[in-house]
Amino acid sequence: MLQFLIRRLIGAVVIMFLIGAFTFFLFYTIPQDFAELSCGKNCSPENIAVIRENLGLDKPITAQFWEFMRGIVAGRDFTQGHCSAPCLGMSFDSGEFVWDSIMDRFPLTLSLTVGGLVIFLLVGLGAGLLAAWKRGTVADKAVSGASIVLSSFQIYFLGPIVLGIVVYQTGWMENPSYQPFTENPFAWAAGMIIPWAVMATIFTAQYTRMSRSTMIEQLQEEHVRTARAKGMRQRYVFFRYAWRGSLIPIVTILGIDLSALLSGAVVTEFTFDLAGIGRLAVDSSLTKDLPVTMGVMLFGAFFILILNIIVDLTYAYIDPRVRLS
Amino acid sequence: MTSPTEIEGAEASSVLDKESEPQGDAQEPKKLAGRSPGQLMWQRFKRDRTGVVSACVVIFFFVVSALAPLIAKVYGKDPYTLYAQEPDFPFLLDDFAMPTGSFGGMSGEFWFGVEPKLGRDVFTMLLYGVRTSLYMAVVVTTLCVLTGVLIGLVMGYFGGRVDYWLGRVTDFFLAFPQQLFFIAFMPVVTAMFVSPQDETPTYLRAVAITLVMWFLGWMGLARLVRSSVLSLADREFVEAAKVSGASPWRIVRKEILPNIVTPILVQATYILPGTILSIAFLSYIGVGFVEPTPDWGRMFAIGSEVYEQDPMFMFFPGVALVVFVLAFNLLGDSVRDAFDPKTGR
Repeated sequence: MLQFLIRRLIGAVVIMFLIGAFTFFLFYTIPQDFAELSCGKNCSPENIAVIRENLGLDKPITAQFWEFMRGIVAGRDFTQGHCSAPCLGMSFDSGEFVWDSIMDRFPLTLSLTVGGLVIFLLVGLGAGLLAAWKRGTVADKAVSGASIVLSSFQIYFLGPIVLGIVVYQTGWMENPSYQPFTENPFAWAAGMIIPWAVMATIFTAQYTRMSRSTMIEQLQEEHVRTARAKGMRQRYVFFRYAWRGSLIPIVTILGIDLSALLSGAVVTEFTFDLAGIGRLAVDSSLTKDLPVTMGVMLFGAFFILILNIIVDLTYAYIDPRVRLS
Repeated sequence: MTSPTEIEGAEASSVLDKESEPQGDAQEPKKLAGRSPGQLMWQRFKRDRTGVVSACVVIFFFVVSALAPLIAKVYGKDPYTLYAQEPDFPFLLDDFAMPTGSFGGMSGEFWFGVEPKLGRDVFTMLLYGVRTSLYMAVVVTTLCVLTGVLIGLVMGYFGGRVDYWLGRVTDFFLAFPQQLFFIAFMPVVTAMFVSPQDETPTYLRAVAITLVMWFLGWMGLARLVRSSVLSLADREFVEAAKVSGASPWRIVRKEILPNIVTPILVQATYILPGTILSIAFLSYIGVGFVEPTPDWGRMFAIGSEVYEQDPMFMFFPGVALVVFVLAFNLLGDSVRDAFDPKTGR
């Protein structure tokens, strides 16, 4: 187990390094002077030269890349001050340290992602199980039909509709906003509930369909039928035998969907006008603020890799075959 | 070519005929023999009502977007003119720049209403927006499918070291956070063609979007093709071809490709709506197409700005998108069922 974890972590580090290198060198193909960009309007050549030196832009690209990578591990010193260990550089545009601005925005994106994930797994798997349990009845047809239609909706279409109904028309709820969890968990949940619900709806629909079909497949498996035939209770067979088997393909798909989940969080941020790392990525990419874009890319990749490792660990927990090999 | 699908097909066809035309079966026994897998598939598909309806909807979207200029001409408007400023339509927008009429200014003149603030015609905006998205998506999907098939074939057929390293490259691209990558690289790719000071022409934006999406769009298909090729490579008919001295290119083209066309097709019907949604996503957050190019995704961006005052603006683009994606998903399922009736839903 530990060996597996270590191997995965080493793999993650290698992939992060490659993504970083790829992003960095591709960005430098832009024929643009970043120092000029950071200086803003009415800027003298001397100023540009000073900024170029401050940002380390006067060095060759490979040296800059080395500096950047070293900064992540060991920290870096700028004229504006020391940037401690996971240093992703300094924004050309605002002069803030990238790590700090990501950390400012990340709690929001994390809340969206994790909250949405929990809701759609609970509701989606629950509804799928219900549909499989009551297969062929009205409940099954209603759940299956609704999930097919809802999975064709988009966050940026459903979001405004929901906002229109519960906020603008009836005034039942406040506009979504982010309150830090540590300060007031209730305000945090209240502010996030609409984005969660909208984001989860889209994903829920897919997972309902999937859990229904894998569950039906599992119920026809021989070991499940045997268990039922030898007189075990229907409910026990359903949960202990069939459900466990049906979780394996679902977890596999979940691992593939993690990056879609992050992008779902980005769209949700835009739909509800919340300032998370998606907004940061778009703003920085439009102003061609390289360090911020790099930082967000690396951070996003890191986040997905970590979630992926967690999913793989869950896999080992569910499936004894994985654990034993 | 002896393919496994043909053998399965032969069994299925006899069953089908007994069900559907019992009299014909006795009179014309020869009919049983001469059916290609394609014909069988078509017959199964024809009987699937959901599939046929969704195919019609999808075809409708394609026809409408292909005929967009013609329709716009007959309708007499275009998506660029700011009708609120035309002398012919004096009271299109009120003092708050919102449409005067009810339901977002819908009327016989403006079927789907008028855009708030600028006063453009929503019907033609949507028409051309769908056209832009569909054209882009067809190009991107074709490129992704070709690349995926090529790389998958190479990986599966040559195996060994080639397979290993291409597999690692695929894994690497899969590790990219896809949408963040699109966001980050749109400006970079655009800047490769035009200097940042100049205005980017629309066709260059289209090229940039195509490149960025192509870059991260082929991996899933490559994996699928690789695994199908691997499962086929040891089959007798491939070995027979090898023994009889066929060149690798001939084996790939004549023995392997015909057997994996259908899974590729099915996969493509899932990639295409996904691509449309990704393009819409880019335009929605403001890094894809910009004003004044009519675009499906950007209509949602405009719509969410004015949603509080004019919810009707988003209605038609939204419903059109839901119907389109729904039809495409159902079509994909039906095509898959028609190809392989054993994998039920």
